[in-house]
This record gives sequence, C-alpha cells and structure tokens, in this order.
Amino acid sequence: MSRKFESLIGNRSFLIGTIITLIVALMAGLSFLWTPYSVSALDIVAKLKPPSISHWLGTDHFGRDILSMIMVGSRASIFVAFVSVAIGAGIGVPLGLWAAARGGIVDEMLMRFNDLIFAFPALLSAVMITAIFGPGAVNAIIAIGIFNIPVFARVARGAALALWVREFVLAARAIGKGEGRITLDHILPNLANILIIQGTIQFSLGILAEAGLSYVGLGAQPPMPSWGRMLFEAQTMISLAPHMALFPGLAIMVTVLGLNLLGDGLRDFLDPKLRYMR
Amino acid sequence: MNIWKAFLFGTAVALLPATASFAAKTDLVLGIVLEPPHLDPTAGAAAAIDEIVYANIFEGLTRIGPKGDVLPALAESWTKSEDGKVYTFKLHKGVKFHDGTTFDADDVKFSLDRARGDTSTNAQKGLFAAIDTVESVDPLTVKVALKQPSGDFLYNMAWGDAVIVAPESADTNKDKPIGTGPFKLENWAKGSQIVIAKNPDYWGTPATLEKATFRIIPDPAAATAALLAGDVQAFPVFPSYETIAQFQADPRFKVVIGTTEGETVMGMNNKKPPFDNVKVRQAIAHAIDRKTVIDGTMFGFGTPIGSFFPPHHPAYLDLTAEAAYDPELAKKLLAEAGYADGFKTTLKLPPPTYARRGGEIIAAQLREIGIEAEIIPVEWAQWLDQVFKNKNYEMTIVSHTEPNDLNIFARDDYYFNYDSAPFKELIKQIDATSDGPKRIELYQQAQKLLAADEPAAFLFQLPKTGIWDAKIEGLWENGPIQANDLTAVKWAD
Repeated sequence: MSRKFESLIGNRSFLIGTIITLIVALMAGLSFLWTPYSVSALDIVAKLKPPSISHWLGTDHFGRDILSMIMVGSRASIFVAFVSVAIGAGIGVPLGLWAAARGGIVDEMLMRFNDLIFAFPALLSAVMITAIFGPGAVNAIIAIGIFNIPVFARVARGAALALWVREFVLAARAIGKGEGRITLDHILPNLANILIIQGTIQFSLGILAEAGLSYVGLGAQPPMPSWGRMLFEAQTMISLAPHMALFPGLAIMVTVLGLNLLGDGLRDFLDPKLRYMR
Repeated sequence: MNIWKAFLFGTAVALLPATASFAAKTDLVLGIVLEPPHLDPTAGAAAAIDEIVYANIFEGLTRIGPKGDVLPALAESWTKSEDGKVYTFKLHKGVKFHDGTTFDADDVKFSLDRARGDTSTNAQKGLFAAIDTVESVDPLTVKVALKQPSGDFLYNMAWGDAVIVAPESADTNKDKPIGTGPFKLENWAKGSQIVIAKNPDYWGTPATLEKATFRIIPDPAAATAALLAGDVQAFPVFPSYETIAQFQADPRFKVVIGTTEGETVMGMNNKKPPFDNVKVRQAIAHAIDRKTVIDGTMFGFGTPIGSFFPPHHPAYLDLTAEAAYDPELAKKLLAEAGYADGFKTTLKLPPPTYARRGGEIIAAQLREIGIEAEIIPVEWAQWLDQVFKNKNYEMTIVSHTEPNDLNIFARDDYYFNYDSAPFKELIKQIDATSDGPKRIELYQQAQKLLAADEPAAFLFQLPKTGIWDAKIEGLWENGPIQANDLTAVKWAD
C-alpha cells in the first residue's frame, strides 16, 4: 500500500492536478464563509478598476470585486459539473451494466438509444434544452447531465462485457448466482477504476459546458455569479478593462487543466496496464 | 536617377485616382442593430423597418424633420377649415413611384382608407382614428374630413405608418418596397445587409449619396470592431456605451449624443398584486437610484426622468424629485402597504443592454428594501408574447421609442394594465386641443398624474448615441422619430 501511495505522489500530473483541484474546491468552500467583498452589492462608482491592493483582481462593470465573483462563481461551476456527472453516472452506469448483462435485444435497444443521444453535439443539445425549458442553473444541470448518460453507459457496458467472459464470473455463475448478483458483486467493483477516471474527465467537461452555457446566457442567472457570464460581460469591455476577461478565463482554464491532470494521474495509478502501454 | 524619377512619377500617378475617389465618395455603410422583419412600414410596429425606409424609400403627406417638427412632404401645402375639421392637401406634381406609376390623389385616398380599414394590418391604427372621410377632389388635391378637430393630425400623418403606397404594389411592399422616396431598395441579403440606391427620377431634391448599405450588427463588441476597422462608417444608434469614450478620443470619428423619444421604464403589472397597490409602486420608484442605473447601464449616457415625457419637449416637467432615491421612504411605503418584510417577484428582461444591465442593478437596489426580484431574461419574441400580448409578467424593463406616446397609459388593453379614468379624460382633452399653451398645460397635468400614480417606474430617456466618420455630414443628431434619413447625407471633401 505504501509503495502504491508513493508512486501516486511521485506521479507529477496527479500531484499538480490534485493541488489545483483542492485549491478550487477550498476556494468554493471558503466563499460560503467569506469573500473579500459582497458579490450582490453593486458599487458603480468603483467600476472597471484594474487590479490593485484593495481589489486584487480588479472590479467589473458594476464595481463588484472580481476575486469575490470568481470565488462565488466556482460554486456554480462545481455544482453544475458535479450534479450533472452524478446524473450521468447514476443513470448511465446501470443502463450500461444492464445492457452488458442481458445482451441481445435489450443491449441492442439501449445502445442504439444511446447512439441517438450521442449523435447530437452535446453543447448544441444543451442549448436546445435550456432554450425550451428556460435558462437557469437547474436546466443547465439537466441538459449537461443527459449528455453524460451515454458516455457512462458506453464505458460501463464496454468494460462489463470484457468482464463477463472472465473465469471468476464463470465461477460465480457456476455456483448459481444470478445476473443482478454477479453484476453487483463482481462486475461493478472491477469497474470502479475506470468509472472514476471517466467521472473526472466528465467533471472537467461539465465545467466547460457550464461556462459555455452561461456565456450564451443560458446558465446560472444573475445575481448568481458564473464564470461563463463574467466572460460574456467582459467581451464588450475588453479594450477598457482586459482584466475582466482575463481572470475568469484563467479560472476556467486552470480548473479544467487541474481536473484533466488529476484524471490522467488517476488513470496511470488505477489502471497500471495503460501505464505500461505508454 | 531616372529610376527614381520613374518611381516618383509612378507613385504620383498611383496616388491620383486614390485621392480623386476620396473626394467623390458617394457610398456609405451604416450599422444597425436589429434586422427588420420586412420593409413595409404600414404593416409592422418594428422600429427597424422605419430605420431603413422612413424618408428614404417611403414618404407621407407630411414628414418629421430632424428637430421633430412637421414638414411638408408629398403634400406641398395644406389648408385647414375654420372649425378645424377639414384639411385640404395640395400634392406635388410629377411624383412617380419607384415602379414608374404616377402618384396622385387616388393613391392618398387608397393609402389612408387602407390603413384605417377593417382589414388593415397597420400597427398604429390609432393614428387614423380621427379621420371621417378621404376625398380625392382632383389628381393633385385631397380633402380629409375629421370626426372632431385633432391637434395631432398633421403630426400623425408624418409617421412611417402613414406613408403613401400605390394600390399596384401595396401587397408586395414587405419584400419589394415601392415608394416615392429618393432611394430605392437595391438588394436585401437576409441576415447580413440591406442596400438602397439613389432614385434618379426623384421628384424633389435628389440625394447626394449614390448608394447606402445598412449592415446588420447585433453584437455590441462587433459594432465597435466594425467602426474601428472602417467596415461601417456610421452607427446612428451605437449599442456599446462602454466604448463611446474611446471614440470620443479618436479624431477620426464624430460622436454625437442626441435625444430620442425613448422613455425607458420598468413596467409593472398594475392588476397583479402587490402592484395593484399604489404605495408598492411608489416604494419601488423611490428604491431606484436612477443615476446609478444610468452610470452602470449606459456609462452615464441618458437623462433621468420622473414621468413619461421626453426632456427635450417644450411641455416637459422635471418630476424626478417625485421619485427621488430614498430607500428609507421606500421601506416606509412598503410597510404602509402591508409588505414590511418585502416580497418575492420576477423581472422579465428583453435583450437590449439597457434592460439586461439595468435590470441587474435595479434588482440589487430592490433587494435593499426587501424585494427579491428574480431575473428572467427573455428574447424579443418571448417578450412580445408573454409580456406585451398576454400580460403574463410582474415587472419588465423596456424603452418606449415611439414619439408622442403618452397615451399608451390610457389604452385599455396595454401591458401595464393601468386603468385610470382621470388620465383617460386628460388624454381625450389633449387629443381635442390644438392650441399651444392649453395643450402644454394639459400635457403637464398628465405628467404629474403619472408621476403620482407610478403605473411604471420611470427610469431614463434613452440617448441617441451616434458615432460616424468625422467626414460625414447630414446625419440626424437627435431621434425625434425612428428613422435614418439619408436625404441630406454627404461626404465632406
């Protein structure tokens, strides 16, 4: 165990990814207790101030502190990404496992239905869903969540199919275990690694999708700060106050980078076969 | 040495035509924010239609000039009967429509009867409500009899909705507008641009421009870029207030901040509790700091208003003190209305910057007195359907850009759901009064009544933020009517 742990720490992408992700998570947590300034109080007189001692990252067009906005905005990003991954995994994984266990017509129908959802460009469809049901964080979650379902279903099914022909599953069958039992006892535990890796990747994609939806005005609504909308609002002011675009952009980039590094590191660690293949 | 001479000569020759074409520049590209749904001003309320066709393609009996005054157009003169009920218009001779058909009194009768008829799709049928009969006396004389004297009649006939069309082309004007104006439609590339070209057979003073292109640029950031790059040379209503200062500092551009007829208001649904309580409406009016709203939304461009009347109008009364920013008073009024702890409501915001940004600021200011207004952004189509047509809303922000539109608060089925017998009576009197001082007196009474009743929170007068190449002359500074009149526009040498 300690050797394993050492190799984990020694994995540079895992280390950097973890640190970045932790910082973002801590920032979001801290924002519930404290932010340098209130994000709901506007101070028009202090608008578009460049970074300074009092406002580390400057102020926006309403005179709000950008650091505080980024801190609070991380909540929307993390919340939307987390819940949409939970929806995707919660529905997609059982579907994939069911398809793998049953095979035949069930498998065929589930997977073709998956293909149908998968065939639409995810972000475009998310725009469609929020356009129909109205903008807002909840609809953004549902939209992104729906498009996480086929991703998890495919991964779960593919990996499960490979497990179903293994000896230990045959042994379990031989002692009379049913499909459901085998899936729960033997298939799912062996899938955990790959699902965690997929979850991390989808999480970072969720953050990007949330930013994208907010950018076009379909994500979290004001006064709730969101990174994507901060970028949108900065757009017309870019020549006056470039810091307004720079910092939320960096926040999105660094967070996504951190999650991707974390996912990479986890994969190397949890799936040694892949590491040797490199 | 010879090589150098040849080179210099070559350069000079190359430069010659360039300078020559500079002096003779006769085309202009203008930026507009919204694409018109079609180009028939007699069949649509969209301001974007008039912004292309008014005075350029279509003309009426009268027209509005750059200062908001009523000028003769297709009618060269007119007389009014003693009792003020019959107008006799003398029409210009030799006027032809763009398709070559002749303009005469029958076209006037056709246009006015069509606009006020039962099957009319005119968006401003009220303009013609006073008309009793229209009679073509001879090809160049039209007699219009009114039901009662109307102080606004000549003004009403100058609206884009009252332009004269020909029976031959009236039904196809949406796509192929055929008017009598100094420009004809050349080409409309949907989603991109509308090109109009000079009408060589124009009856009046011909336009200086040979060609004008209206390029549709909805995105404020793109509008800034297009102007800076020279892709458009004029933006009569520039949508990106934050970058105006940058243009003001740039000698290549002329920045003209003029007035418009756009009263920006936060409309409230006067039939829906708690907005049916006048104290709640007054509390909201006192909770809004107009200066902050203007600074934050419009970067300082805009004039605060306390009632529904444009500040540049001679009858304007400054009533901003009636709704002065006073959160304590607002809280007190809310408590008196029975909402000491405030309430939850919604604020539907259409796409323009003044609404989206203004709404965010106002929501923050309302939060200070305990009102939680949830912001719901809507597209124009949704706004028209939900708010304007079905009155399914609580609060909304919109700018009313029609001129002379005080009477919307007297309309029974208007989206404010405001119903005040005294106000309706005032509007009726104003309609029947053409006398100057009496009319001004009535206008001021109406303003005071609205400021006391607060059927909507009056915010600010929308400015006309025009930016164009410093060498362009003749564009309107103010916007007394929705128009981009290009008849007098030219490039300075």
